[in-house]
Amino acid sequence: MVDVLEHPGVIVDHGHEEHHGPSGILKWLTSTDHKVIGLSYTITSVIMLVIGGAFAEIIRAQLASPNGTLVSFAQYNELFTMHGSVMIYLFAGPFAFAALANFIVPIQIGAPDMAFPRLNALSYWLYLTGSITMLSGFFVAGGAANFGWVAYAPLSNSANTPGAGADLWIGALLLTGFSAIFSGVNLCATIFYLRAPGMTMFRMPIFTWNLLITAILILLAFPVLTAGLIMLYCDRHFGTHIFSVNGGGVPVLWQHIFWFWGHPEVYILALPFFGMATEIIAVFSRKPVFGYKGMVFATISIGALSLGVWAHHMFTTGVVLLPFFSIMSLLIAVPTGIKIFNWIGTMWRGQIWFSTAMLMALGFLTTFLIGGLTGIYLASPPLDFFTHDTYFVVAHFHSVVMALVFAGMGGLYYWGPKITGYLLNERLGKIQFWFLLIGTNLFTLPQYLLGLEGMPRRVAVYPHDPQWKNLNDWSSIGAALIGVSTVIFVINVVHSWKKYPAGDNPWDAQTLEWFTTSPPPHHNFYRLPQIRSERPTWDYNHPEHRSLGHGNHAPAHDEAPDEVPVA
Amino acid sequence: MRGIVALPLAALALAGCTVPAFGAKKGVTRTAQSTYHLWQGFSIGAVVIGAFVIVLVIYAVLRYRRRSDEIPPQSQYHIPMEMLYTIVPILIVFGLFAATIVVENQVVANPRSPVTIDVNAFQWGWKFTYPGSDAVVVGQTTQNPTMVMPVDTSVHINLTSTDVLHGFYVPEFNFSRYALPGVKNQFTFYAVDRGTFAGQCTQLCGLYHSLMYFRVKVVSPAQYQTWLASFTNGAAAAAAAKATGQQTSSVVPSKSTSSHGAQ
Repeated sequence: MVDVLEHPGVIVDHGHEEHHGPSGILKWLTSTDHKVIGLSYTITSVIMLVIGGAFAEIIRAQLASPNGTLVSFAQYNELFTMHGSVMIYLFAGPFAFAALANFIVPIQIGAPDMAFPRLNALSYWLYLTGSITMLSGFFVAGGAANFGWVAYAPLSNSANTPGAGADLWIGALLLTGFSAIFSGVNLCATIFYLRAPGMTMFRMPIFTWNLLITAILILLAFPVLTAGLIMLYCDRHFGTHIFSVNGGGVPVLWQHIFWFWGHPEVYILALPFFGMATEIIAVFSRKPVFGYKGMVFATISIGALSLGVWAHHMFTTGVVLLPFFSIMSLLIAVPTGIKIFNWIGTMWRGQIWFSTAMLMALGFLTTFLIGGLTGIYLASPPLDFFTHDTYFVVAHFHSVVMALVFAGMGGLYYWGPKITGYLLNERLGKIQFWFLLIGTNLFTLPQYLLGLEGMPRRVAVYPHDPQWKNLNDWSSIGAALIGVSTVIFVINVVHSWKKYPAGDNPWDAQTLEWFTTSPPPHHNFYRLPQIRSERPTWDYNHPEHRSLGHGNHAPAHDEAPDEVPVA
Repeated sequence: MRGIVALPLAALALAGCTVPAFGAKKGVTRTAQSTYHLWQGFSIGAVVIGAFVIVLVIYAVLRYRRRSDEIPPQSQYHIPMEMLYTIVPILIVFGLFAATIVVENQVVANPRSPVTIDVNAFQWGWKFTYPGSDAVVVGQTTQNPTMVMPVDTSVHINLTSTDVLHGFYVPEFNFSRYALPGVKNQFTFYAVDRGTFAGQCTQLCGLYHSLMYFRVKVVSPAQYQTWLASFTNGAAAAAAAKATGQQTSSVVPSKSTSSHGAQ
């Protein structure tokens, strides 16, 4: 039974519900508990991060020489294809919308589980089988998919890319695509229908808000990719000519379909990490999120605009309307800027505690700033013309995704104690942070210059331009430092295993997940506080320090009438 | 708020001295140079805004680091400030868009041109055909087929592909365009400097994408006419070899040329 505490400070604790079920491997295999599934997602996607990172290190080693011979051209094409595919489809996406989200969102809104627990389990198993399917491409004749993570037609047809690796890639994306769609359905239903009494939409934490917008984007974007993949498979095996010129097809159609998914996907990846950073910055500044409502509207604007910008990936095709996609892409800078200023506003006049999670959030903020500003260049067609498909673009999106890695690491340090009941080692965490910060910038900044020098992406050698070796070497050293930071993280997890008990609320955090135990019990709560703002745990712990209303005035009185408690 | 004062100051300081290149090339065509100036404009904006944000972050981090367990004021909204950082970026964005449109119209314009070159991309090489003459240059991978074009002349390019997508990219022209099968992409170059410039395929096109090089040689109109004339009198093959044969050693096994033939 869940009780809503009628008065802050009074704990009404009814009998604990005991949960009896299988344990160990059987629990993992059969569980429909969002916490078990969320943890499975977290572990699996971090393993994917390590695998994708290993591919990246091989790519960087190959580029250490203008005539690198570490891998063959064919292997190189497989490596960067699988690096991008693993990172985007198997790490960043699932980690963003199904790992921490799965664990945290239901608890943040006071729900006992996701709305459809079995569908949630199905999502995970589809994701795991999809991941194995994609990676198994390395073990078939002809090797893994090698047409880039975007699989542009007609390179991806059966004449240009025969072999099972490409088909396994398509199959994997169908599996993980359905997994994502089911996660999207589940998140929407959970957030719309399972909020605790008092948890109105505008009392939801920003992380939950961002996951709601993410889930809606998933439902709008992923079915399009799934349909496109089926068309691609038909072109490859059933004699259709949807994307091939002979027979009346249109190769560029694939790009439209792919990027109609692909650009919302960028925000499907990014918004959950924005949410993580927002929560972390607020908690460790000991303040509410500055401009909470503006933050929500900014997220909604980003989601809406992201559906109308796909062709900025196609400026150099010469067959899209440039001004429309340019202004839509430029406009995304506005809500993104609002978020950045809100993050600064949250820190302003706070009491900033430099925990590892907070450092990671700051790393996110600065790295994302660079990725965001360089993105503005790319929204301008003439500037895109000379940077498209060069290392400038590679550097741009690696700034962005490395920012997401910072936020994700911050999320693991911040929520890890809630998930496991134990803190990670802060000292190792800070060492990891500095390796990650220096490594990331050393990795991306030379690539911007390489792009401006004219180095195209996806080249295994650069025999005509040996002068590029220098910048490539700096970038490779950066990549190695990022690798070291990942190793430190793994060491930290092993070292801290069940060593530092966390307690329920080690960070004096604000949202509902910090009101329950660490780890939370089956169905998450024995009791709930009154929910009168987006940070009920803070209100409960600091009743005299509620958020100030508009314009820095005195604390508002009980703004809203109390919700009727349900027993 | 000191940053808001610093912003126009920084712009003035930048305007006072020569505007730096911010890593880009000035370029050797008219549109390349317009694009370069647009790049500089965007870069000034990016540097000023980026520095402003970084200063704010560093200030906040140093000034508001935790000094006690006292709970800070729980302020959450400041509507005028929030309006400011919504409206100002919108104005900046429309400014950037206006500058973009001006340069873009220049870059994508297709004025009538006295010279036309048909460029055909294939796995893994380039073929440059000069309609109205016998001139044809073809070469694959590191053979560096060279597109010869006159300086101070508008040159119209028709770009196509015979197989998969390719990217026609000349860094010194600050320009790239996809070669698409079934589509004729058209654009114009007006070179203002002579010289030989590197070009390369930028769109992944299969196994030897890394080696799909070409060159662009900008010569005087008189030299250009002489070069064109050298293809008549049945000397085409010799001239083509002369133009493309700088480096005949190839990493690609020769069988891959069979399907495209040596025209």
